[in-house]
Amino acid sequence: MLEVKNLTVRFGNTTIINDISFSVSPGQWLMVVGPNGAGKTTIISAVSRAVPYTGQVLFDGTDVQRRKSRELAQCMGVLSQSHYVGYGFTVEEVIRLGRYAHAPGLLTGGRDDGEKKVLDAIEKTGLESCLRQSVLTLSGGELQRTFLAQVFAQDPRLLILDEPTNHLDLVYQKQVFHLVQEWVKEPGRAVISVVHDLSLARAYGTHALLMQKGRIVSVGPVEKVMTPEHLNAVYSMDVFAWMQNLYGQWKTLS
Amino acid sequence: MVLRFCTILCTENRFDPIMSAESGFFPLRTCFLQEDLILKSNKRPESFRPLEYLIFIAVTTAVMLLCVCVGSVMLPLKDTVTVLLNALTGAGFPESELAANILLPVRLPRVLCVALVGASLSLCGGAMQGLLKNPLADGTTLGVSSGASLGAVLAIAFSLSIPGISFGGTMLSAILFAFLSLALILTLAYRLDSSLSTNTIILIGVIFSMFASSISSLVITFAGDRVKTITFWTLGSLQGSSYENALVLLGTLVLFGGVLLGYSQELNAFAVGEDNARNIGVNVRRVKLMVLISISVLIGVCVSISGTIGFVGLVTPHMLRSLTGPNHKRLLPATLFGGACFLMLADLLSRTLLNPRELPLGVVTSFVGSLLFIYIFYTSRKGD
Repeated sequence: MLEVKNLTVRFGNTTIINDISFSVSPGQWLMVVGPNGAGKTTIISAVSRAVPYTGQVLFDGTDVQRRKSRELAQCMGVLSQSHYVGYGFTVEEVIRLGRYAHAPGLLTGGRDDGEKKVLDAIEKTGLESCLRQSVLTLSGGELQRTFLAQVFAQDPRLLILDEPTNHLDLVYQKQVFHLVQEWVKEPGRAVISVVHDLSLARAYGTHALLMQKGRIVSVGPVEKVMTPEHLNAVYSMDVFAWMQNLYGQWKTLS
Repeated sequence: MVLRFCTILCTENRFDPIMSAESGFFPLRTCFLQEDLILKSNKRPESFRPLEYLIFIAVTTAVMLLCVCVGSVMLPLKDTVTVLLNALTGAGFPESELAANILLPVRLPRVLCVALVGASLSLCGGAMQGLLKNPLADGTTLGVSSGASLGAVLAIAFSLSIPGISFGGTMLSAILFAFLSLALILTLAYRLDSSLSTNTIILIGVIFSMFASSISSLVITFAGDRVKTITFWTLGSLQGSSYENALVLLGTLVLFGGVLLGYSQELNAFAVGEDNARNIGVNVRRVKLMVLISISVLIGVCVSISGTIGFVGLVTPHMLRSLTGPNHKRLLPATLFGGACFLMLADLLSRTLLNPRELPLGVVTSFVGSLLFIYIFYTSRKGD
């Protein structure tokens, strides 16, 4: 579905991503993990054409640079890390913007049959009650869910999520990961997500891409990538011991 | 003042202060009209509805009639309407020679030009504010106005003219300079930041407009006997406008205003956020370029005909957003009518306030505009 070949991203003289290659097939949920500054978000920016890069990003075999913006958005949906809306649009208006790529053009004609997708997205994310509310009055979690609903309404085949549970409390973290897990079960769909929480990455991902300083340390099925050796080397600490220690505390409490 | 705001903001490299101010406009938005619309249709209308168009057209026509009738010589409403109807139907107008002599050759073209300039500038302001996701953005902050103004000043100072068209030289020079300044600003912005980020554009726009103003001042210093013409022109004046001017303004507005209105949905996406616009499939660069080019042509033509009239593009969209909401499909048509009304009334004040002397239009709009701006700013802050 998505194939990344020799991707390199430079900002001035600094190399953020150094010659990485990987691919994603339908049914996969690829977790991009690694410490801060490893270049995780930059991969997503490059794939969504937000930053210039060298190398190739192929979607279904064609270079994304050659595809029209609308065409690409019909099959690839991106959820950015931060949302900062300038004006008091309503939640519904923002969600409906997700149908932009599918909207009928002046010449192409036809009708957008996306009403059901919009309603589905609203229902899944539980935003029915605040549809008329301005996005400026939303909490961080509600805002995140609004944009998640937008990308669901966009109905892509590849979902790219940058820190999808950034502003969310535990309940919604769980909800979002469940939603995406259900979403990716439909045939022909795949997910790439940048995740900081290693336990979540391990629990929900089918595949993982472990990054360090712009290079790939390991890529493949999640259980082969997220091994104690790899993680300890990348994070320069005993990740497993620390986590076990963290979760162990809860056991003793109960 | 606006420039200063933006410089402060740009140096902070974030838009939060502006945005928090904008969020303050929010209480205004829950005004009765908005509520009514929601209650009646149970859904916010996507675009302007016929009834709303009718209301806006009726108000604009009323304001236009008022502005045509009132002036140094008062014209009775009845005569005015008769003369206008006769002129439209092609019949003669023997009843009222006086009204016909003042109305048709002097007042009507001026009011038409004022309305068209107001509509164009407001539309540009609304589009800019959406595109740059910055409620203080305007042709002025981008530097296009100052660029166009510099072009016009040069044309006046060196008496550039195109034979046959009385204002051709100034206009062509203003459009050319608007384009050139846009090209310069965009090239610089591309060099510094290939994604054409909002902050970069505004910062460069502010710096460029200071640069252009300084050159304009330099030209004015050496302009000799033309100083008075230039100074009066730079403050904005539509005295002695002709039907020719109005036709040029109308043509530009139909063509390039049409482009802007056509990009309403894309502007919505930009107003939500540039990244978001890209994510949902908007061709970010192309839309930006098209919108910026349309704006620069509109502003270039307006500046060449009327001089720089500040605050129109800034205030009108602000006031109307409280009625229509931020959706550009509704906001942009509203700014056309609102801008026309605002500028016609400002022009009326400039003609009548110190009768028989006339104030430059830019003085009136800046005065009214800045007071209104402070008022909006103040009330919105208090509402937080």
